[in-house]
Amino acid sequence: MAKAASPKRRSSPKLKKDEALKFYRDMLLIRRFEERAGQLYGMGKIAGFCHLYIGQEAVVTGMQACLKEGDQVITGYRDHGHMLACDMDPKGVMTELTGRAGGYSRGKGGSMHMFSREKNFFGGHGIVGAQVPIGTGLAFSNKYLGKDNVCLAYFGDGAANQGQVYEAFNMASLWDLPVVYVIENNMYAMGTSVERHASETELFKRGISFEIEGEEVDGMDVYAVKKAGEKAVKYARSGKGPYILEMKTYRYRGHSMSDPAKYRKREEVDDIRSHKDPIDGLKEQILAAELSTEEDLKAVDKEIRAIVKESADFSLESPEPDPSELWTDVLLPVEA
Amino acid sequence: MAVDILMPALSPTMEEGTLAKWLKGEGDKIEAGDVIAEIETDKATMEVEAVDEGTLAKILIPEGTEGVKVNAVIAVLTEDGEDASNVSAARAPDVEKVQPVAEPEVLEAQAAADAPAAQVLTNPDIPEGTTFTKTVLRDALRDAMAEEMRRDETVFVMGEEVAEYQGAYKVTRELLREFGPRRVVDTPITEHGFAGLGVGAAFGGLRPIVEFMTFNFAMQAIDHIINSAAKTLYMSGGQMGCPIVFRGPNAAASRVGAQHSQDYAAWYGHVPGLKVVAPWDAGSAKALLKSAIRDPNPVVFLEHELLYGLEYDVPDLEDYTLPIGKAAVIREGTDVTLVGYSRCTGFAMEAAEKLADEGISAEVVDLRSIRPLDMDTIVESVKKTNRLVTAEEGWKHMGVGGEIAAGVTELAFDYLDAPPARVTQKDVPLPYAGNLEDLSLPNTDDIVAAAKAVCEGM
Repeated sequence: MAKAASPKRRSSPKLKKDEALKFYRDMLLIRRFEERAGQLYGMGKIAGFCHLYIGQEAVVTGMQACLKEGDQVITGYRDHGHMLACDMDPKGVMTELTGRAGGYSRGKGGSMHMFSREKNFFGGHGIVGAQVPIGTGLAFSNKYLGKDNVCLAYFGDGAANQGQVYEAFNMASLWDLPVVYVIENNMYAMGTSVERHASETELFKRGISFEIEGEEVDGMDVYAVKKAGEKAVKYARSGKGPYILEMKTYRYRGHSMSDPAKYRKREEVDDIRSHKDPIDGLKEQILAAELSTEEDLKAVDKEIRAIVKESADFSLESPEPDPSELWTDVLLPVEA
Repeated sequence: MAVDILMPALSPTMEEGTLAKWLKGEGDKIEAGDVIAEIETDKATMEVEAVDEGTLAKILIPEGTEGVKVNAVIAVLTEDGEDASNVSAARAPDVEKVQPVAEPEVLEAQAAADAPAAQVLTNPDIPEGTTFTKTVLRDALRDAMAEEMRRDETVFVMGEEVAEYQGAYKVTRELLREFGPRRVVDTPITEHGFAGLGVGAAFGGLRPIVEFMTFNFAMQAIDHIINSAAKTLYMSGGQMGCPIVFRGPNAAASRVGAQHSQDYAAWYGHVPGLKVVAPWDAGSAKALLKSAIRDPNPVVFLEHELLYGLEYDVPDLEDYTLPIGKAAVIREGTDVTLVGYSRCTGFAMEAAEKLADEGISAEVVDLRSIRPLDMDTIVESVKKTNRLVTAEEGWKHMGVGGEIAAGVTELAFDYLDAPPARVTQKDVPLPYAGNLEDLSLPNTDDIVAAAKAVCEGM
């Protein structure tokens, strides 16, 4: 059995009400959205590959709190949570999942290939690890253009074994590029546990030979994520170069929707769900600090469910793309 | 025993060079490893080290001599105690042979073969009265990049050895001096990584020119060229344009073996979302590279190492560009259409000349772009000549010629008087041995033979 996410004690910062409730809301939106996506998949309304983010919500929620206008986000194919964290419209995301005209890519991208230039979300990449050099290139453009923006390049523990990740690390460090590499270590690369796929399982150390600082973070605690994220983003923004954060996290669902679930025990999942859940944990903190009441949090949940229902309804009502869309967006026109 | 010191080859494609400087004089003692001279080619300056020890008895080629052929005797070394005077007399005739100034007509003839004669319509879209400057291909490509970098601050070039080394093939020569290291970026040897980084930079608002030392190395990067650069616009519903140029030498060089000698035109030509350009002469190459850099889409720009040092007429036109996706009839004829790209266009031009001597009038279409493929121009030509020969350095199987032949049979079947013929590399990895390499690669005579075969019974 794989070693579960780091059992460190939950951080206990002084909670600010607005921030705490925003975190709760944002994480809950991802959770409820993904539950509904899984349901629609089961109903045959969503097709192809669909990788749910349930369990990992604290990572993107905490990291997003460290960014400012113009900072970029890029990730792999487990990307729905990142899009919602980037404030992309849940209707547009869900409708892309159902492959309809109202989706972010007008139905032509699907779960793994969604983008929003407006929200500085650069995908959504289906090739494991490809987003790492691309994100490094976004950081290159920030530096080239003299912007003080930072790119967050997310990837999983599986992608951490791709060669191109280290090619990117080398250039990012060599040229002091403003990029934070966020490794979402959810303990399994598909069905292969970290212990079975990584010679060095402490992935935050993977930057050592490139002189990139790294640290391990409790990715189930949104405040721990935010604290580490602020340090890393500040470091990158100040021109010192890249930084690595290894988020110890966990996904409750399968790798994709067609996961045989033979590689880990049900007790492992249940144990983390009942002891480390990022949303339950935050809820306890909020109640303990008396920032809200059980009743008010229930109202938040109700409100979130309504947003998710609305996005699901919209995604099913939206028409399929017009057949003429087959031929659009292959090439941009050349300006005369 | 006297030892001949020979003009060394500095690269696989070097045939001659300039003996720039002697660092040792006649009568000097030489140790093995001493630097005795400096040699320049159009690509590089190199030091010549002595292999043997002895006394530099006689310098046969004075410093400053240009066009010294590889393997010409440039000096003679004697062992200690040997009489140098015998040597110099015996060696004297060689000097005449290697003095290139003694045979200027040969060089001019060579230049004439590279640069088409007057009746040839190399650039039919150039206005009458335009003057031309003789420019080697590598400099024309460099000029295209420099002009675009002056025009647009977001254009930058990155790749292995593009900056301080001045380009592995000197295509980026002098760019570092004008534009500095921010815009002329030496990368580590990391094709997969820097191709992906370039794509990200393009998404981030820049216009990268990514140089591959050769397209053979771009196989390590092909995932980013296809999956990241070519497909993302479509997958994003039109949001994520990727204005990037991937450029570098493609296809065979000279005796570098199978892994370094492959034509990727058909590979990239297969992929929607990419544009693919493979120019021949320096004028069109410069104009097309400028268009490629301005194009909002990813462009694979396939150059040819064996053409880099050849001189062509480049029109003296300010900001001259050519549209990507348009082929050109560069020699008119009536009996057979020869379609080529890159180096094979040059072979087709030579073949047309030879065929003319045998009474066959060949029309030559320079494809210039592989994708979009200009079938209109090819079909128009075939409707006139009724016969088609394609020429490419790629393999025949699933190749560019097959695509053109299929297109012509679909669009002009009734006009064909003979089945289309394809001249290609033989269906083997490119061999190293000189004779086998010659047998494997397409050449002028192959095109002549194919044209005569399709014209049989004409």
